[in-house]
Amino acid sequence: MTWEEMAPLLVEATVETAIMVGWSALLTVLLGLPLGVALVVFDRGGLRPLPALKSVLGMVVNVGRSLPFIVLMIAIIPFTRLVVGTTIGTAAVVVPLTVGAVPFFARLVETSLREVDRDVIQAAQAMGAGRATVVAKVLLPEALPGIVAGITVTVVALIGYTAMAGTIGGGGLGDLAIRYGYQRFETGVMVATVVLLVVIVQLMQSLGDYAARRLSHK
Amino acid sequence: MIEVSGLRKAYGRTVALDGVDLSVREGEVYGVVGRSGAGKSTLLRCVNLLERPDSGTVRVAGQELTGLGGRDLNRARRRIGMIHQHFALLSSRTVAGNVAFPLEVMGVPRAERRRRVAELLELVGLNGRERDHPHQLSGGQKQRVGIARALAGKPAVLLSDEATSALDPATTQSILDLLKRLNTELGLTILLITHEMDVIKSVCDSAAIMSGGRVEESGAVADLIRTPGSRLTREIFPLPGPAPAGSVTLTFTGDPQRPLVSEVVRKFDVDVSILGGAIEEIAGGSAGRLRVALIGDEAPAALDYLRESGLLVEVS
Repeated sequence: MTWEEMAPLLVEATVETAIMVGWSALLTVLLGLPLGVALVVFDRGGLRPLPALKSVLGMVVNVGRSLPFIVLMIAIIPFTRLVVGTTIGTAAVVVPLTVGAVPFFARLVETSLREVDRDVIQAAQAMGAGRATVVAKVLLPEALPGIVAGITVTVVALIGYTAMAGTIGGGGLGDLAIRYGYQRFETGVMVATVVLLVVIVQLMQSLGDYAARRLSHK
Repeated sequence: MIEVSGLRKAYGRTVALDGVDLSVREGEVYGVVGRSGAGKSTLLRCVNLLERPDSGTVRVAGQELTGLGGRDLNRARRRIGMIHQHFALLSSRTVAGNVAFPLEVMGVPRAERRRRVAELLELVGLNGRERDHPHQLSGGQKQRVGIARALAGKPAVLLSDEATSALDPATTQSILDLLKRLNTELGLTILLITHEMDVIKSVCDSAAIMSGGRVEESGAVADLIRTPGSRLTREIFPLPGPAPAGSVTLTFTGDPQRPLVSEVVRKFDVDVSILGGAIEEIAGGSAGRLRVALIGDEAPAALDYLRESGLLVEVS
């Protein structure tokens, strides 16, 4: 296969990967952030201790995290159909990607929030700040560098998950590597996708590290 | 200004507060001193209900706090400033942002906030550092930010939780001077806890000594010093070793210029041998403690004379 034949395939696959990762990352942050906050706030010794609720949430997160992505993707097909009306194609892949990444990201958020200095939280309470204020003005801003680092890790993990998404017609770089590189013995395509993936992951990590560093004032 | 009565608090089997009463008058600096584990930190945190006492009441500026919860408690807390041993500043915010925080919590409009922040930073001597982040400041400067932040809501009282314990001696003194200045200039009532006797010595009008969850002694520092057998006196003026039999410990407050020892020697047929002693500036005056041996037949008469002169005389 010549470079001229390969280039449009690579471009198309990269765009598909970007779309899948972009949407699922956005949804993961929107859903995972509140879940992470809930895991901390409802915990014993949290701002609003509700240990029973916290246990249930923790269990849901653990179930989500214990399934390999490829199993999860197949297992939730009925749910995917319910949400987007189809079970194949790029849109259909975003659903399992999000479901798979939310518990992962929520745990990372939880860890960052737990690292916020207890003294600072209590100081805010001593100033008469209510729970919502403490979350919005203390917990989240103080944990922001850690949360940004968590987003970076999640995006990189999502790029990995999208490779498996090819099996349900999601397309993307992983799918390209399997169909051309593996099944048609096009070593050139294989090498190109590998290089591209390494570069993308490297870029994402550097960007995330830079952002986390800029935000941190420790 | 702060009335604490019958305060009890236990964590499981550990009793942190075992019936504590405390009364802080308006405009005074009140120090609670004790070793770690004496319960003083729990006591302070019960005053703004960061810890809820098991029983007993806390009144601040005439308002009973122990009955409050939720929004009412939050509103009451805004009138109580607090500073912390490890400063407890938001690392994500600048100096100005930290001082503005309580004002945001109170819903003060932006323009008014900016004006107040400038005023407060001026007050604590940090103008020009508005845009710095806490990690760029020294310990003393961080505590100044803490103090400015605590004063943002124009509180009636300031609680200080070991505010100088993480600072070096020179910085400690500058922070204590600042607290004393705020006390006199703004009429701010300050309740502080510390394990350093020096803090009590240099800024406190009144003091309480805590041990095992109880208050052992309390009252005006000047009165405590004149109380026979006072632990505070012993801690402020440490004398070497146990008092030898027959020795006399003299505690005096007030005019240090009066040459009492030479007066005694001239008036009575006694010799005075000084075994140990210390003189300190305390609560605005000076006070001291002297261990002496009086040798001679007229020693009892000399002691009476010293007693009449207003000294506390303790014979071992």
